[in-house]
Amino acid sequence: MDLFGKTITELQALIKDKKVSSSEIWKYFAQRSKKINHDINAFVTLLDNPSNANVGELSGIPLAVKDNYCTKGVRTTASSKVLDDFIPPYESTVTSKLKLAGYELLGKTNMDAWAHGASTETSDYGLTKNPWDLGRYPGGSSGGSAAAVAAYMAPGAIGSDTGGSIRHPSAWCGIVGLKPTYGRVSRYGVIAMGSSFDCPGPMTQSVEDNAMLLQIMAGKDQYDATSSSDAVPDYRSEMKKKRKLKIGIAREYLKGVESDIQTAFENMVEVIKKMGHEVVDVSLMSPEYSISVYTITQRAEVSSNLGRYDGIRYANNRAYFGQEAKRRIMLGTYTLSHGYYDAFYKKAQKVRTLIKDNFKKTFEDVDLIIGPNTPVTALKVGEFEKYPFFGELMDQLNEPASAAGIPAMSIPIGLDSRNLPIGMQIMGNYFDESSIFNLAYQIEQETNFFDVIKKGKEKYK
Amino acid sequence: MSKYTPVIGLEIHVELKTKSKMFCQCDADFFDKEPNTNTCPVCLGMPGALPVPNRTAVEWAIKIGQALGCAINKQSKFDRKHYFYPDLPKAYQISQYDEPLAEHGTFEIQNPKTETSKKIGITRVHLEEDTGKLTHTGKDTLVDFNRSSVPLVEIVTEPDFDNAEDVKIFLEELHTIIRYLDVSDANMEEGSMRMEPNISLSIISNKEERMKNLPNYKVEVKNINSFNFAKKAIDFELIRQTKLLDKGETPPQETRGYDDKKGITFSQRSKEEAQDYRYFPEPDIPPMVFVDHEIEDLRKTLPELPHQKVARYIKDYDLKYADAFILTRRMKTAQFFDSIISDKTLQNIDILVKSKNIQNAVANAIINKRIPTSISQEEFLKEFIALHKPIEVDSEKLTQVIDGVIAQYANQVEQYKGGKVGLIGFFIGQVMKEMKGQADPQEVHKILLAKLQ
Repeated sequence: MDLFGKTITELQALIKDKKVSSSEIWKYFAQRSKKINHDINAFVTLLDNPSNANVGELSGIPLAVKDNYCTKGVRTTASSKVLDDFIPPYESTVTSKLKLAGYELLGKTNMDAWAHGASTETSDYGLTKNPWDLGRYPGGSSGGSAAAVAAYMAPGAIGSDTGGSIRHPSAWCGIVGLKPTYGRVSRYGVIAMGSSFDCPGPMTQSVEDNAMLLQIMAGKDQYDATSSSDAVPDYRSEMKKKRKLKIGIAREYLKGVESDIQTAFENMVEVIKKMGHEVVDVSLMSPEYSISVYTITQRAEVSSNLGRYDGIRYANNRAYFGQEAKRRIMLGTYTLSHGYYDAFYKKAQKVRTLIKDNFKKTFEDVDLIIGPNTPVTALKVGEFEKYPFFGELMDQLNEPASAAGIPAMSIPIGLDSRNLPIGMQIMGNYFDESSIFNLAYQIEQETNFFDVIKKGKEKYK
Repeated sequence: MSKYTPVIGLEIHVELKTKSKMFCQCDADFFDKEPNTNTCPVCLGMPGALPVPNRTAVEWAIKIGQALGCAINKQSKFDRKHYFYPDLPKAYQISQYDEPLAEHGTFEIQNPKTETSKKIGITRVHLEEDTGKLTHTGKDTLVDFNRSSVPLVEIVTEPDFDNAEDVKIFLEELHTIIRYLDVSDANMEEGSMRMEPNISLSIISNKEERMKNLPNYKVEVKNINSFNFAKKAIDFELIRQTKLLDKGETPPQETRGYDDKKGITFSQRSKEEAQDYRYFPEPDIPPMVFVDHEIEDLRKTLPELPHQKVARYIKDYDLKYADAFILTRRMKTAQFFDSIISDKTLQNIDILVKSKNIQNAVANAIINKRIPTSISQEEFLKEFIALHKPIEVDSEKLTQVIDGVIAQYANQVEQYKGGKVGLIGFFIGQVMKEMKGQADPQEVHKILLAKLQ
């Protein structure tokens, strides 16, 4: 049977109907990913054999997992040579849940080292290439996961989003990527980047796959004190409800965005209106504030979180930290230093509260907020150099949701004049992933995301 | 009298004896375990591991705060305190910086000799995690993380002490309270209670003025694990600092160690440059919020504390301070005393006590170990009643016994008459033995004196 392009949901149905066996699926993806990885370098580590004895909803489904998830017995590097030989003695909560559900770990995907970046260029294991154009960045930091899904090396992937690290590469590679509400999914066992922002999330070919994976990943975890005990709704039934939604557009988020993206976005808005949803203008705080808040707070947390890699217990010493990590450690150390704390960290916390309040207030009036996801489509390798604070620039539209901790998804809404995917961001209220799934699913039903996902995969048929 | 007044404050660390560690589920009891066997990804600070606070530890720290007269903060949080050291696996310690669980307490100490009391300000009580342990072999340094993340309560006092004796009294009282609360073994040898006095000298004798203008230096003596050593270290420092000040020098701001064999303190590191710990709120643990009734419910679980018992024994039973003090050093003893004196049989029985009242008699029996407290309440009462039963003396038999003893110990009688009057006790003892206790020793004494004249 030709498995090419099947979504996770479709594969599950085929397994259920005994039309294909788990081992056939494993063989298919193991061979594919091994072959295509030569060109794309989406994986840092590929597994030779399936190893999960659990039986469940995901039995026989191989998934790609970002290399910052601790996987027991499988090397986990966060794409940094500092952790070159780190084999975790324990399993992250997310991958434990996936394991319990029967999934197979296909491989560990490349990322910006320590998740610092929006290109995968800071990886110590080489750049991941964008499947749409091998001369371009896949975006990041979950670039390996995004590329693996876009080139159909895996039917789905797990990423993590601190300031856009799921949404940004999802937009640039043309797939569906969700950053859930902070606290919706346990961070236990995910190598910490910005602890108050980090959100594990699914990256998929379809909205239904995404909802299905979140269903498995979400929930209170006794090992993560910041995980929420709010009940997890049944996302797939929430997704399929026929809802007419009230959707806000913040003009503040359209400034400085490439014209192709603007056009695709405006076109999408028209489609949404035609579908019968109400679209209104809302006013949000300028994303600039979020960039400042995000940069200061995240660097502070990074400088603290990376202190443990002292060269005593893990593979390599601190000299192996790359430039970006060193820059972040220095900036974070500086902002936390005596005499600077009040001016930077403390002030950032106050503004962060304002950002949260701003979103809360806005969501009293609308169900969702939409906007472009990135100011530009995938850049050419090397263009990184032209932008100091590259990640912050690329993620300026993503960081407000990160600073606030609200859920946000990137969906493909078309291709630009260079034939590169364009993403749109759907932001929802706290713990209201359901409404995001609902709108995204309706758009998918209506437009099939303008065949972007299909076209991406077909380059690798 | 010295022209300087000591200014002494204390920092005390108490390891809690909760079942599990502060932020993970490993056993908090690490003592005597094979190195690095009592660990998990969390207390090893492995990549991706997260701390989850131990609720019992939080409650116990609040109880310590309440016992020391502190206000409990309704909002409290954990912070990261950064420093590099091989025994600190995350390169930061999870501690509390500006919102401790408890602060602004006052605690009254009483000098048992002078029976005068003094108020000591409690700056704060906060919760943190212990570090691993380093063993220096000479060639290598070994790290054992078994102790890593064991809950640790830090108690900080105001610099209200002006002598080492008061420090010792405070520490002993604190130790007793911790044991009453049953929250720590407070075992000094095993290091589950460690103290760090900070010591300086002021030329200002007026207390209020002195507190407003604290000396411009401070010497901290680290990790002392005995009350006596604390006193000795402070006394040593006071003399050392006096000499320096007399020479017109300011003692350097520094951390010193205490050598208990030589009885001296020695310089460890200069504190001229304050270490920057880069504190910031621990993002992995949400802030803690307590409502009034939670705090009050915890307060209700506090036992009657030793100083409260002392006050009650004096007020209600007219006990001497010294007796009340001894009775209350161990909660078990005090509870035993409380249960005996509130026993109905004791109140309804007709017995003869020489003390002011029956409570004093019971106190006496316990303190002087005339009856062990290890036996059951019923047995104790039986013995107590037997001890105080009015003695029915067979005076004829008594005379016979006394005469017999005098005859039997002719040599000793000679010696007694020759001036060794101390032998009277020996004779009384012999008589009481013959009488099987059925005689009043004072009466025996009187008769013996007369007969031996």
